[in-house]
Amino acid sequence: MNLKMIGACLIALLTFAVTPAYSEDEGQRASTGGAQTLDDILARQKGLEVDESFRRENLGSFDNAQPASSSLGTLGGFSSSDIYRGIRYSESDIKVSNNGHAAEILVQDGGMSWLLTREGNMRAYAAYGIGGIIIALCAFYFTRGRMTIEGGPSGQTIERFKSFERFGHWCLAGSFIMLACTGLLLLFGRSVIIPIFGHEANSAIATFSIWVHNNIAWVFMASLVAIFVMWVAHNIPSKLDLVWFAKGGGIVGHGHPSAKKFNGGQKLIFWMTIVLGASVSMSGLSLLFPFEMPMFAKTFAMINTVLPAMGLPTELLPHEEMQLAHLWHAIVAITMIIAIIAHIYIGSVGMEGAFDAMGDGQVDLEWARQHHDLWVEEEQAKGAPIRQVGDVR
Amino acid sequence: MKTMLAAFAFTIAVSFGAYFVLSEMGFSSAEVQSAPSVRLD
Ligand code: HEM
Repeated sequence: MNLKMIGACLIALLTFAVTPAYSEDEGQRASTGGAQTLDDILARQKGLEVDESFRRENLGSFDNAQPASSSLGTLGGFSSSDIYRGIRYSESDIKVSNNGHAAEILVQDGGMSWLLTREGNMRAYAAYGIGGIIIALCAFYFTRGRMTIEGGPSGQTIERFKSFERFGHWCLAGSFIMLACTGLLLLFGRSVIIPIFGHEANSAIATFSIWVHNNIAWVFMASLVAIFVMWVAHNIPSKLDLVWFAKGGGIVGHGHPSAKKFNGGQKLIFWMTIVLGASVSMSGLSLLFPFEMPMFAKTFAMINTVLPAMGLPTELLPHEEMQLAHLWHAIVAITMIIAIIAHIYIGSVGMEGAFDAMGDGQVDLEWARQHHDLWVEEEQAKGAPIRQVGDVR
Repeated sequence: MKTMLAAFAFTIAVSFGAYFVLSEMGFSSAEVQSAPSVRLD
């Protein structure tokens, strides 16, 4: 066989393979006189990333001005296309009579991906996530039943939370539940409320929802700070938590792993509430005061310094900041809602005796010994009073 | 339970309070976004 022929073919193939792509691009670009090429258009149609710099930077210049006597002389170096490109990429110095923030940005195309994400993945994940956790909890309830106090209640109680702690918890819970409901009404308005109840109804519901959402948020933020201050000392992770998790918290497995005031699972709920609560509050404030508190460009810059491979954009238009804040706000909120549904289950129907801790603050001594043995020991060492059920308090 | 109801009542009261305080401070989007040439009411 002609080895030389095969070698020549391979070399030829390799040459084609390693021919730098840009030269092809440049060639094509030259053939369109610097305008976009068929490849650019096809790539855009497929939703691929297209380097737009050849358009963004092609904005005309005084240096290119034709002599006044020529046919295009009166344009002064800036053709209509140049001017449109300047507007399209927010590169022009625009003057507007509206004093609103970002009013001088006339074209911004991030809105489309924002809309598609909200109408697509976001709603789907929210529905699956929230539906999934509710189905899982129902399945748990109907197969394993309510977690009961082994041996029944003792008839004696000990104080678990003081009234100011319960007040803080219920401010947080009340505001969160209202925020969650109104937020979901806003997210699902178009896809669920309009088709079933019509536009008029959705308009009224959305107007009510946004009013409640905007104003009740302050209570959520304030009580989040209060909860953090009151309970952080009891929520520092410790080795005991690992043992607690290894034993499945006594929920999945059997027996009651030791715990102080809060067990591993509760610490997880606490830190989830604090961290995601802070993040949802920050993005919420950024939405509440449009364009005044952009935070994504700065956050992305910080992420890029730690993880340069991410290559996140650090220059964002004001609208893009708002779009990202809006998407992030919903993602964090939906995650919290899913986790909190599980918390509400276990604090109410899921576990006998748990609600009392936040109800009147007194829990059954036997419940406390089974779930928080070390805490009970500490409290008793401090001389915490034990009450008989039925005592007048 | 009394504490829980008090917290809910407090939550509602603060929400109305926030609405009035923010309106008084001229924080509404309409006011922030419009030029002096726009008549709002
Ligand atoms: C109807 C709704 C709710 C019920 C019935 C409920 C019930 C409870 C109960 C009984 C406890 C005390 C558990 C113990 O004795 O150790 C507790 C603690 C706590 N709750 Fe709630 N809660 C509700 C909603 C919420 C919401 C919406 C949030 C946050 C957004 C929240 C955050 C917390 C946190 C951080 C703790 C301390 C950690 C823990 O025990 O998991 N709760 N809740």
